[in-house]
Amino acid sequence: MTVPLLHRRRAKPAPERPDGVAAPSGPPPRRLSRRAQIARDRSLLLMVLPAVVLLAVFAYVPMLGNIMAWSSYSPYQGFFSSPWVGWENFERVFSNPLFLNAVGNTLAITAFQLVFFFPVPIFLALLLNSVMSPRVRTTIQSIVYLPHFFSWVLVVTLFQQMFGGAGLLNQTLRQHGYAGFDLMTNPDTFLVLLTMQSVWKDAGWGIIIFLAALSTVSPELYEAAAVDGANRWRRMWHITLPALRPVVILLLILRLGDSLTVGFEQLILQRGAVGVGVSEVIDTYVYYQGVVYGDWSFAAAAGLVKGVVSLALVLGANKLAHVFGESGVYKRA
Amino acid sequence: MSGQVSQLTPGAAPLPPVLPDAPPPRARPRRSRHRPAWEEPPSTAGAVSKAVVLAVVVLAVVFPLYTVVLTSLSTQAETLRAGGLVTVPGELTLNAYTQILSGGVVTRAALVSVGVTAVGTVLSTVVSVLAAYGLSRPGSYLHRPILFVFLITMFFGAGLIPTYLLVSGLGLIDSYWALILPGAVSAFNVLILRNFFMGVEPAIIDAARIDGAGDWRILRAIVLPMSKAAVAVVALFYGVGYWNAFFNAMLYINDNAKWPIQLVLRSYVLQGVSLPGGGTGTVDVATGVVTGLPVQMAVMVLAVVPILVVYPFVQRHFTKGVIFGAIKG
Repeated sequence: MTVPLLHRRRAKPAPERPDGVAAPSGPPPRRLSRRAQIARDRSLLLMVLPAVVLLAVFAYVPMLGNIMAWSSYSPYQGFFSSPWVGWENFERVFSNPLFLNAVGNTLAITAFQLVFFFPVPIFLALLLNSVMSPRVRTTIQSIVYLPHFFSWVLVVTLFQQMFGGAGLLNQTLRQHGYAGFDLMTNPDTFLVLLTMQSVWKDAGWGIIIFLAALSTVSPELYEAAAVDGANRWRRMWHITLPALRPVVILLLILRLGDSLTVGFEQLILQRGAVGVGVSEVIDTYVYYQGVVYGDWSFAAAAGLVKGVVSLALVLGANKLAHVFGESGVYKRA
Repeated sequence: MSGQVSQLTPGAAPLPPVLPDAPPPRARPRRSRHRPAWEEPPSTAGAVSKAVVLAVVVLAVVFPLYTVVLTSLSTQAETLRAGGLVTVPGELTLNAYTQILSGGVVTRAALVSVGVTAVGTVLSTVVSVLAAYGLSRPGSYLHRPILFVFLITMFFGAGLIPTYLLVSGLGLIDSYWALILPGAVSAFNVLILRNFFMGVEPAIIDAARIDGAGDWRILRAIVLPMSKAAVAVVALFYGVGYWNAFFNAMLYINDNAKWPIQLVLRSYVLQGVSLPGGGTGTVDVATGVVTGLPVQMAVMVLAVVPILVVYPFVQRHFTKGVIFGAIKG
């Protein structure tokens, strides 16, 4: 490590075109041979190595393993000697009513939560932001963040203890002579139950990002608006909500890209209690078809369909964000 | 965008929190205790309804926890009197805890979870910190393609079935490593850290380099001490992920002597399967169900205590922790 190398550390990155490719004009700012670069960055490369190895083995190998979706994998024949069957598994996936039911349930849950979960943190953040006392505010914050760190097993068990057939609510109802009801096993109210659980667990955590956005609003704006005669509702409409807009759009996009993913652990825990009719989603379907029933290649095909559609949704949603002039989730690196 | 914290399944983990770098509320200059002169005081009705809503929100979180803890500390007789969960303190006892902690299924599961969480958190955090620093020096060799390798895993999950077959092919079924290795690196956490490391003043790093420090030394002596908050938050994410994971164990651990606490919680409390012998729970001979509600609640408490212990220390970093939009560029 000698001083001239410092130059590289501090050197501004080469000017970039908007799409991120290094500017073609002009000679590259430094001319080090590949070997010299490797020698220079040996420690850095060594540091990245363990993570790259872990990802290569546990993310990229299974990613390639998806080719099994075109085979008829059987554990007895092994991965590469199982017969290849072309698109047969995909045809079975798309003509399977249970898979289509799972897709329907997934989308229903996503849509329902978009309406009844998504606005809750925004509302809570606005409410919390209007609390004057910092001590009260931070105390409430610490309390409502907490359930985010609980496991789904714990959350579902808590709900069972509160709303289940033998839970606290029923216990109290019966003691006062009312008929009890079991929210935990009723398929008709399952969407409501799921959303209640998600709100309880994650709505509090969700406010963190909105509070951050609110804290960046300059107080002078409010003051100026007040001087101009805007009451508190007008100020909220014209200052606060526009300040939240980029965050709201960003989160909507993230959610949109994630449409096919709903709480897997949450659902698999309750699949037995309410029945597959309403609780089977794509991820649980893949798990049962593959790991439980042993139809490996079919399940892999279903999972791959989900993965590819999700990828397309994320990329599409990001495109949409750029169209709307928001920065989106990622920029071209 | 499922930047999985510790799960292998696509989207099993909740959306990773995107943390803002806003200063903590008490440091906000604009927030004084006093209402500015231009702001009209709230109407009584408004103030009251606000207080009521906030009280309900806080109660909704605290009350279930309170009942569970109280029931776990009550005697069996007390739960019978209450007809289930106890809401008013009566006769108190630590019996449930001595029962589950005196060996047997629950004790073993708790130890398994502690071990997996400890080893996993250290491994994940160390590997992530190294990777994040390795990718944080501008202009280093191949850093863009390598970054891309991380990013892709955030957008395209490998899929449950091939991952399962890989893990079983590696002979990791019934091995604790199956609970650690598949989700050991979260690209999202690496990017959070990288973003933070890149914010370290380059002049300081250059100064150290002139003084002869190599990258290892710079990371240990300069970058890490300046990034304690981010490292603490990321370690918490990993730790909570390991402690809370149950699906990995359901997939890979068939031997129930090796179950972690979450699986025990699921089967003995949520599903009401009776605990096998070994002094864990009062088993009703006639029905074979665990009738010891306090014991079940004590298992729940045990599953949440580590989080409650660590949470206060890391919680204060949340607001000043990590940059909002860590995933950008």
